[in-house]
Amino acid sequence: MTRPRLVTGARLRYDEVRAEHQMLVPEGVVRLNATAAEVLELCDGERSLDEIVSALSERYGGGDLRGDVVGLVEGLAQRGLVVDAAV
Amino acid sequence: MPPSRPSTLIAELSYQCPLHCPYCSNPLEIGDARYRDELASDDWVRVFEQARALGVLQLALTGGEPMLRRDLPALCAAARDAGLYSSLITAGTLFSDERARALRDAGLDHVQISIQSPDPQENDRIAGNRSFASKIDAARLTRELGFPLTINCVLHRQNLDRIEEILELALTLDAQRLELANTQYYGWAAVNQDALMPTAEQLQRGEEAVQRFRERVGPRVDVLWVLPDLHEDLPKPCMGGWGRTAIVVGPSGDALPCQAATTIPGLELPNVREHSLEWIWTESDAFARFRGTDWMQEPCRSCPLGRQEVDWGGCRCQALRLTGDAAATDPVCRLSPHHDRVVAAREPARTDEFVYRAIRRPARV
Repeated sequence: MTRPRLVTGARLRYDEVRAEHQMLVPEGVVRLNATAAEVLELCDGERSLDEIVSALSERYGGGDLRGDVVGLVEGLAQRGLVVDAAV
Repeated sequence: MPPSRPSTLIAELSYQCPLHCPYCSNPLEIGDARYRDELASDDWVRVFEQARALGVLQLALTGGEPMLRRDLPALCAAARDAGLYSSLITAGTLFSDERARALRDAGLDHVQISIQSPDPQENDRIAGNRSFASKIDAARLTRELGFPLTINCVLHRQNLDRIEEILELALTLDAQRLELANTQYYGWAAVNQDALMPTAEQLQRGEEAVQRFRERVGPRVDVLWVLPDLHEDLPKPCMGGWGRTAIVVGPSGDALPCQAATTIPGLELPNVREHSLEWIWTESDAFARFRGTDWMQEPCRSCPLGRQEVDWGGCRCQALRLTGDAAATDPVCRLSPHHDRVVAAREPARTDEFVYRAIRRPARV
């Protein structure tokens, strides 16, 4: 995975009714915790995975978030919900 | 126990359609005056807003053919404003460049196009009109405009042997999803069971082809393969459970827990012209009738498989059709005393001739 982006048609939003972050896709919804939503907001097909990791690490005081970010992105990629913009 | 939040609104905007598919899920009485009295734009806008407030996430704009509604761009804009994720479920024959762009600009999220067969002549014979070429054009246009594309194909004895071609076509058209729904025998499909029922071998080969395709192509195309109930031994949670996740609203505003619920006698359907969607969901008898598990009879009531909250008793319309009692256990269940009727219904089709969906009720019913 070089430059992750959300699959075509995906929309991130906060659902006021259920008080949760969501990724809406054709005929489906992925419920997200606040951190996952932050990661996916950076998956714009422009930033590299490394850039996403450092942006978040900086935001959270320098901790290494690489494992968490890669785990989330790869997991969603296996379900076809995140794709590589570089391919 | 208060009802869960619904996640899906199925808006059947119109039962008019240029196609005549013999397995259409619309009621047989689509020609009745009550279905021609279609809701106004304002009614739908109100329903979309009420749906979102109830918790609905996904909106299916369907029919009949939803493109026959001239106000479709306004309805898509209203869906976007309300915060719903909108899908257009269309035959594709009216999906012109100009109209498709208007829908995109209005905020439509996703387009789903039906094909009847990957073979042009066979497609047109099953659909009862010449439509294959325009469907392919519509699918290409969908991708050109940047929409995610779903292809759906209802499977039956007369097209199941082309499953590999269907899978390849979806890949060629750059579909993100492919819905392979084996025919369920309600509405027009029940009338045409003799022409549609596949053999067990066809279903087996179909499932293997899907498996091979998934292994080869990976997550790029999400293939849904839904076996027909009648070939199973345990029921599915029809509509995710009665009054549990979905609301169907018909062209004239009748609200139903599933598309086939009009067949259930004595079920008074609340109408969105008279009631709020919240009242319909939380207060109406129609949505409470088979909700949860309290209504269940034996063998569901003491289910030895612990499946009460897995399949929610299966399908009420199927129970009615095959046992005469809408509150009976879905006879698909091998524990149902009527399961032999399901086994008998697996008899493969004997004719190629269809009774086509038409606004006039067929004489054979």
